Amino acid sequence: MRPGTPRLSGDGLTLAYDKRTIAERLDVTIPDHSFTVVIGPNACGKSTLLRALARMLKPTAGTVLLDGRDIHAQQARKVARTLGLLPQSSTAPDGITVAELVARGRYPHQGLLRQWSRDDERVVDESMAATGVADLADRLVDELSGGQRQRVWIAMALAQQTELLLLDEPTTFLDIAHQIEVLDLCAQLHEEQGRTLVAVLHDLNQAARYASHLIAMRDGKVVAAGAPREIVTEELVRRVFGLACRVIDDPETGAPLVVPAARRAVALHR
Amino acid sequence: MTVVRVRHMSVRFRARALLVGLGCALAALALGVLSIGGGDYPMSPADVLRTLAGNGTTAENFIIGELRLPRLVTAMLVGAALALGGAVFQALVRNPLGSPDILGVTQGAATGALVVVVAGGGTLALAGASVVGGLATGLLLWAVAWARGAHGHRLILAGIGIAAILTGVNGWLLTRAQLMDAARAVLWLTGSLDGRGWAQAVPLAVTLAVLAPVVLFACGPALRMTELGDDTAAALGVPVRRLRTVLLIAAVLLVSVAASAAGPVNFVALTAPHLTRRLTRAPGPNLAAATALGAAMLVAADLVAQRGFPGHQLPVGVVTGAIGGGYLIWLLATERRAGRL
Repeated sequence: MRPGTPRLSGDGLTLAYDKRTIAERLDVTIPDHSFTVVIGPNACGKSTLLRALARMLKPTAGTVLLDGRDIHAQQARKVARTLGLLPQSSTAPDGITVAELVARGRYPHQGLLRQWSRDDERVVDESMAATGVADLADRLVDELSGGQRQRVWIAMALAQQTELLLLDEPTTFLDIAHQIEVLDLCAQLHEEQGRTLVAVLHDLNQAARYASHLIAMRDGKVVAAGAPREIVTEELVRRVFGLACRVIDDPETGAPLVVPAARRAVALHR
Repeated sequence: MTVVRVRHMSVRFRARALLVGLGCALAALALGVLSIGGGDYPMSPADVLRTLAGNGTTAENFIIGELRLPRLVTAMLVGAALALGGAVFQALVRNPLGSPDILGVTQGAATGALVVVVAGGGTLALAGASVVGGLATGLLLWAVAWARGAHGHRLILAGIGIAAILTGVNGWLLTRAQLMDAARAVLWLTGSLDGRGWAQAVPLAVTLAVLAPVVLFACGPALRMTELGDDTAAALGVPVRRLRTVLLIAAVLLVSVAASAAGPVNFVALTAPHLTRRLTRAPGPNLAAATALGAAMLVAADLVAQRGFPGHQLPVGVVTGAIGGGYLIWLLATERRAGRL
């Protein structure tokens, strides 16, 4: 692989469920060591794209390249040691503890005679510490709050020790404080561990604040991609979401902040 | 969880699940010794063990080796195969009611057997036809509910539908049979170990010897991962579709070959995995422990069937049906009281 070629990219992807086509000839690149966030209106194909990048959906045309090779030509288990995905919904088995659930993330590294190595033990402990759930290790997952549970799932994905981690709407079903908590955790993992993170998010302002690289999609097409400061404009928000707005500087971070136009203000601007 | 490490190798298991499995295996053996000691020529457990060790008299060798041991071995293998198949089915459809009795596989095996009975075929043809019937039903299930990667309630609904149709077909076939044949067919449908010998035990032993390692070791850990949901399991490197296909084939084969040996013995496939979960107190399928428990269950049921009502010998399926049904009702009552249902 040439240096400078990103590890994960999609080339001319046509994505479809059964006969319903979601996206056609889609090109997408995930910059290495970025915190990439995919945004777009409902049903624009952002989760579908994430599933294709994670080898969960086979494109009807085009290829997803992981480290220069077609991801579908590679073994599932081998891919799972390089690239992890936290899907939108996962089920915790009845009666499973936090530590046991996080330990399941070690599956791609285990075998019949390598069921629980010292590495497994260390990585699980580190993952729980990094996500702040070490104190909950022996608690039942069912007993936890939504925010705690999401941190446990992220700990499981971390225990998988993949350099690329894909998260499908990790903040859905969480209240605003827990959303920020999870996103802060993602940012911290990105900064401290240098992992490449790709997340689908609903909230444009959260995306603009946390992403180092933003991909804006509409109707199965990438409308714009780049650093939030460069691409988030009033024009882009109107094109992608069909929303009139003003874009100002976030007083906390300086990132672009999208303020939807008030109904009356729209009239005034005209 | 207990971890044993030797150099770079490591094995992890739940001590309680291991104990339950070993305990059930021991119980199956102990009940077995008790079981083959009884009958018209009673023998003490010590005599049974001595004969098994090869030091019996000619009469003892004949009674144990030719008459009673094959029946016992068949009982153990049928119980083990049904329990393992049932545990796999329940895990595949993620529903504790998703047993082969409910999903039509057992009925399919019965249909195959009944066709042979109506056509006037022999015992060997009957066994073969019931395997074919079970497999055909499994294939139908796969085609209806599985082909698009579906599972869970979709599979259960398809299975219940198939089971209803086959029950009707079976009833019709019975009405077409000669009176003598119909009586023989009904006994087979109840599930019975009477007159079962090495001819039934050997094919079942071979099936188990091939499939049990595949299911327990090659598929077991991956099956545990699918409890997290298909997407999460796939993200962790489990080839979910291939795993389901392999497990479905294995489970259908286990259940069908067991049915061909002893008829569709009721409720073992449904209750053994349940009971295992309660005894091991562990989440997940607990396949190995369920297999041992199934063997113990059938040996115990056969003991009751032969000895429970002096002067009358019951088909073993009557006993498992009564025990299994009673257990389910008890479970319903206690779970309800505990507020879990």
